[in-house]
Amino acid sequence: MTHSGGYNADARIRWQEWLPWLAALAAFFLLPEYLSLGARILIYILFALSLDLVLGYAGVITLGHSAFFGFGAYVAGILSAKLGISDPMLQLVAAALGAGLLGLGTGAIILRTSGLTLLMLTLAITSVCLEIANKATPVTGGADGLSGIVIAPILGSFKFDMFGKTAYLWCLVVLFGAWWLIRRLIYSPFGATLAGLRENGIRMHAIGAPVYRRLLIAYGLSAMFAGIAGALLTQTNQFVGLNVLGFEPAGELLVMLILGGVGRIYGAFIGPVVYLIAQDQLAKQFPEYWYLGIGAMLVVVVLFARGGLLGIADGLIARLRSKP
Amino acid sequence: MEAFLSSLVSVAFHGTAFGMILYVISVGLSVTMGLMGFANLAHGVFAMAGGYVMTTAMNRYGVPFPLALALAFLGVAAASVVLERLLYARLYNAGELEQVLFTIGLIFMSVAVARMIYGTLQQPVYLPEYLKGQFPLLGRDFPTYRVFLIVFSSLMIAALWFGVERTRWGAMVRAAVDNRPMAQSVGINTTQLFTLTFALGSGLAGLGGALGAEIISVQPTYPFEQLVYFLIVVSIGGLGSLRGPFIAALLIGLTDTACKYWLPQFGAFFIYIATIALLLWRPMGLFGRRA
Repeated sequence: MTHSGGYNADARIRWQEWLPWLAALAAFFLLPEYLSLGARILIYILFALSLDLVLGYAGVITLGHSAFFGFGAYVAGILSAKLGISDPMLQLVAAALGAGLLGLGTGAIILRTSGLTLLMLTLAITSVCLEIANKATPVTGGADGLSGIVIAPILGSFKFDMFGKTAYLWCLVVLFGAWWLIRRLIYSPFGATLAGLRENGIRMHAIGAPVYRRLLIAYGLSAMFAGIAGALLTQTNQFVGLNVLGFEPAGELLVMLILGGVGRIYGAFIGPVVYLIAQDQLAKQFPEYWYLGIGAMLVVVVLFARGGLLGIADGLIARLRSKP
Repeated sequence: MEAFLSSLVSVAFHGTAFGMILYVISVGLSVTMGLMGFANLAHGVFAMAGGYVMTTAMNRYGVPFPLALALAFLGVAAASVVLERLLYARLYNAGELEQVLFTIGLIFMSVAVARMIYGTLQQPVYLPEYLKGQFPLLGRDFPTYRVFLIVFSSLMIAALWFGVERTRWGAMVRAAVDNRPMAQSVGINTTQLFTLTFALGSGLAGLGGALGAEIISVQPTYPFEQLVYFLIVVSIGGLGSLRGPFIAALLIGLTDTACKYWLPQFGAFFIYIATIALLLWRPMGLFGRRA
């Protein structure tokens, strides 16, 4: 159940793996007043999945994944508000290509380094994006954000309604497609290479794996998925603000993924659900305690529960099974 | 021409003052990262704590300025020893990801605590009379406090360099940075050395935060907002070196001030671009050793 991938793993989809999708559909019918929160959660699951691909599977520690999320968000927003291209499919494709290319371009530079330098470069890249978005007011709207975004009906027939029903289902469909692709990737020989790089990069060099090229492809793909998530955010909110770029959204995403469990597909599902629901319930009443709690949680997870919530669950199940 | 020259002098002066503060804050980070290989993103927390200690001591208890500075240094150093022994020490052998997450967690907690105690507004700094006003130098007037900052920081940096280059403790630190297992096997108590060095580095950060409270305003989001600057100084300067971060800090201080003065429409854009370019040219920093 850990989905760490690799050659020996059984790639067939198990029955448990349908549960998140059933839950998402049930939420659509049972909790209609929470659909906008639901869409946000689905978007962040996709974003967390993209981070999990580079961080959890390939072992690249990045503090700047928001660069691609924000880039995708701004591509979709600018296409609609400035260029009049309001078709959501086209926007997604453009955001995916744009963010993917940005990922390949910046990845080609930063993946040659490691450690603190790599960390610093990822942070610097998302900071550059933030500065550009902040200062290029005529194109991005600057600190006021980009409004006036119109999204055409999907396939010409499904209009984005004010209750967020279409947006929720649209996010769900896109997430499902992305999940399927990422799952295939992780169970492929390519995914096994990534896991090998995470565990021991030097040994992968020694056995002749094209380390740099594999990392670069993983980074580009991850950036592409992050860009799609960003574009979805623009489409559901019909607004883009500066808060999609910089260190803070990247750090927040990291927190969600760690909370769920790194290096396992469903860690990226659990984390955003728990984090965003908790945030929705608690953050507005007790903003100070919210940040204190998040910080304390990170420290505790790092010191005592490195596998996150799913790791804890695994431990409990193993303990139950070992006692006949 | 005269006006340009005057603004040039002014930018150089303010940039130097800012660079000095950046160095005093960041040097501890360079040493802890070089010595212990610990990715301590929470270093800014110590600087912020120093700023709060000083402003609280002065504004609430009427402590004189020099004593408040000393309190900021000692208070932060003492608190950092507790943190190091209780928490940091557990993660010395952990992976980089764990260290990054742990220190981000510390940042979140410190931001929350600072907001609970002090609110979101920035802390006012009331300088003593003798540091206010202008200081005439070579036919120009300079703000006295900045002159004090530059002189005081220079003296402190000189003392630090003397300590590291000429004393027994400094020799032990340098030995441990170069080769920790070897240093340990010739009988250096590296654990104790780490704790001491960490305390000194954090204390300096606290002192820097207090000294620079007038330049880098003390408010709860300080550790988040200034993190990039401290990390840039350390990564450009090179880990474990004293000289590298000094030059990097001055460069950053001057460039940042110049950009804000002449090209405010670009913000910190050039700093980031220059950092990226520099790290591509020399991934280990200007004075870093090849890993």
